[in-house]
Amino acid sequence: MILNALLSPEFFNAALRATTPILFATLASAVASKSGIINMALEGIMLFSALFGVLFSAAFQSAWLGLFVTMILGGFIGFVLAFFVLKLKTDEILAAIAINLIATGGTVFLMLTVSGDRGVSSSIKSLQLPRVALPLIENIPFLGEIISNQNILTYISLIMVVVVHIFLYKTPLGLRIRAVGENKDAAESVGISSQKIQFTALIISGLLAAMGGFFLSGGYMTYFTKDMSAGRGFIALAASTMGGNTPIGGFLVSLLFGAAQAFSNIMQMGASLPYELVQMLPYATTLIGLGIYSYSLMKKRHRLSGK
Amino acid sequence: MSNKVLQMNHIMKIYPNGVVAVEDVTFELIKGEIHALLGENGAGKSTLMKVLFGIESPEQGQIILNDKETTVKSPQDAISKGIGMVHQHFMLVPSLTVAENIVLGVEPAKSKMFIDMDKAVEISKEIAKKYNFEIDVTSKVEELPVGIKQKVEILKALYRGADVLILDEPTAVLTPQETDELFIQLKKLKEKGHTIIFISHKLDEIKEICDRATIMRNGKSKGTHNVADISTTEMSRLMVGRDVVLSFDKKPIELKDTVMKVRNLTVKGSTGVLRVDDLSFDLKAGEIFGIAGVEGNGQGHLVEAITGLNKKYNGEILVFDEDIKKHSIKQIRESGMAHIPEDRMTLGCAKNMNILDNILSNQFDSKELSGKVMLKSKKIQERVNELIKEYLVKCKSSKQNVGMLSGGNIQKVVVAREFSTNPKIIIANQPTRGIDVGAASFIRQRIIEYRDAGCAVILISADLNEVFELSDRLAVMYKGKFAGVFKDVDSVTEIELGKYMLGIKHDDRLEGIIYEQ
Repeated sequence: MILNALLSPEFFNAALRATTPILFATLASAVASKSGIINMALEGIMLFSALFGVLFSAAFQSAWLGLFVTMILGGFIGFVLAFFVLKLKTDEILAAIAINLIATGGTVFLMLTVSGDRGVSSSIKSLQLPRVALPLIENIPFLGEIISNQNILTYISLIMVVVVHIFLYKTPLGLRIRAVGENKDAAESVGISSQKIQFTALIISGLLAAMGGFFLSGGYMTYFTKDMSAGRGFIALAASTMGGNTPIGGFLVSLLFGAAQAFSNIMQMGASLPYELVQMLPYATTLIGLGIYSYSLMKKRHRLSGK
Repeated sequence: MSNKVLQMNHIMKIYPNGVVAVEDVTFELIKGEIHALLGENGAGKSTLMKVLFGIESPEQGQIILNDKETTVKSPQDAISKGIGMVHQHFMLVPSLTVAENIVLGVEPAKSKMFIDMDKAVEISKEIAKKYNFEIDVTSKVEELPVGIKQKVEILKALYRGADVLILDEPTAVLTPQETDELFIQLKKLKEKGHTIIFISHKLDEIKEICDRATIMRNGKSKGTHNVADISTTEMSRLMVGRDVVLSFDKKPIELKDTVMKVRNLTVKGSTGVLRVDDLSFDLKAGEIFGIAGVEGNGQGHLVEAITGLNKKYNGEILVFDEDIKKHSIKQIRESGMAHIPEDRMTLGCAKNMNILDNILSNQFDSKELSGKVMLKSKKIQERVNELIKEYLVKCKSSKQNVGMLSGGNIQKVVVAREFSTNPKIIIANQPTRGIDVGAASFIRQRIIEYRDAGCAVILISADLNEVFELSDRLAVMYKGKFAGVFKDVDSVTEIELGKYMLGIKHDDRLEGIIYEQ
């Protein structure tokens, strides 16, 4: 029964859907990491963005406007992280942990203040972005069922893979981000301000993560729940690392994690295993994936040094 | 317009810690020359160039560039004024291509948004061709050998319009073949009208390609000379000569057992360059074996090998007739070896910990100071107070952080720690570098006391005064080998020694370096 479910187009469709927020955050992580800063605040940015999405799409009665404002605020959190790390010289991990903890409590507090709800923001009338049926493609058997009729943000996330790739590898700013991340002194020696570059990278990272956060509460649902991001920011960090901090590599690993998430959802319905154990699946996949990645990296290094 | 591209007049640079790095130095460059800046480590040549390149601002002095007085505020400012610098540690981004590295920061663009990669490659090829550099500009920098990386650095500077090129010890990381190739390139650059400052302490190289040389010692200029008119002997005298003569009382030498045997020791540096080249020697109890030499001729690598810090060597090192290759540093220390490292701030002490923690850090696990679980703090405090008193460490209390002390007192803490275990072999690497006269003379006195008591000492020093006064036997290290050995130190003159240090003279038969076969 499980095997049947796994081979059905519905599973792949769900996998792509589950991939979307992770993919946005993975791209966000890639941009930050390329500039030499690990953006561990992705989780907090996503959580905040999920709430902001609900609040602003309700306030403007426009999902697109809600997304726009959420992205700006996500970029602002990226800026705050950069300010602490680059100007005040806080440890980048500690600053990120602080943002994540503020997000956990802060979102609940904000929700309570605005709507009076504690766990779920059901009293706020927020909107969602539309699903799109792709003409022609939707008629292809199997494939059409997987790809078509996804939320528009899913398509945007796929387009962003290409956009971020072009940005990092084909534009002057992208080149400078990579140069700063790899050898700050070299970049500085040719007149590039590494601070400016890292600020820019973290703001872009915040924008991207905010899109992922918005998807959680404005993609298929129209409400925010407490701790909605559920570790996706951290999973994305792993996905980005395993993908070599490249957009394409990160995309492929995100697909794997997305599939694990979708699989876990199916298993929960099957109920042959304890619910909690199945829910652990995406995270276990992350851990195993990281282990395999590190091992292969170690082997590679060993081979290179032995040469 | 005069033919002088650059004049630096009466430059004075004092660092915040009070060290006078450059004192009233005047330095001139004539257009189209290769000008050597010659001096030992710490002579002030790097500081002078940092002033020129805008990394340090001078306390006094004037910089005149192309007949106009100017100030250089930052490296960017220097670059825009036509000064380029090739650092010893390359400023390149490894995963980028040669072309990307060359255009980094000034990338050609197309449709205002994207990098025009074809244009970047074209520009890089053009500039490489103009200066006859054979480089595949599309290859990644990380895949290139050191010699080519250096060429990329030079091209980078040229692309940014450098008229004056500063090369900071460019041959230090190169193989002999790469060095030859570099020299051909430099001569071509000179023909094209570029002026080159060549920082070095290798006289043969300076003789080969430089027109003039400015010699520095102890932060002062010892004059500028036409390379053709000055002999290498004279250059070496100006560079390493002694300013003051010291003297110490020593008991007559009394040699005892051989405590260390080194046979055919070969060590390679991280870049694969040979640093210690087939070195053999013996060390006996009761002697101070001095190793003189300009820094960077393999002394550091030799010390790392014989103290057990680096096990990646070929050959044999026997301490008390035991091969130390399989022994841990702790085992080597327990056999009676003490090591005063070259750099007291990185290897010598934990600068953010206090004197108490530092001064006994090699013996906290001894039965005397430690119980089964807890340290015997009372006992430790007593011992520390004794040592502070004995070694005249000037401090507020034993709880003061070591990093807060002056250089001389930090070194005294290191020496007190190393000597407090009653060592049988002392490896002292630059034991008095950069510290005040009083502390230096105290440390030298202690070394002699230990030698008189029958301890074996290897003294590595770039300070000729020190090796002359302390050593019973003296060897000169040059390019990883011993260039000469002197059983009777008093019979050698400093001029003679200078010749060996700078590779002008070389003995093939090293008599007296090995006591027994």
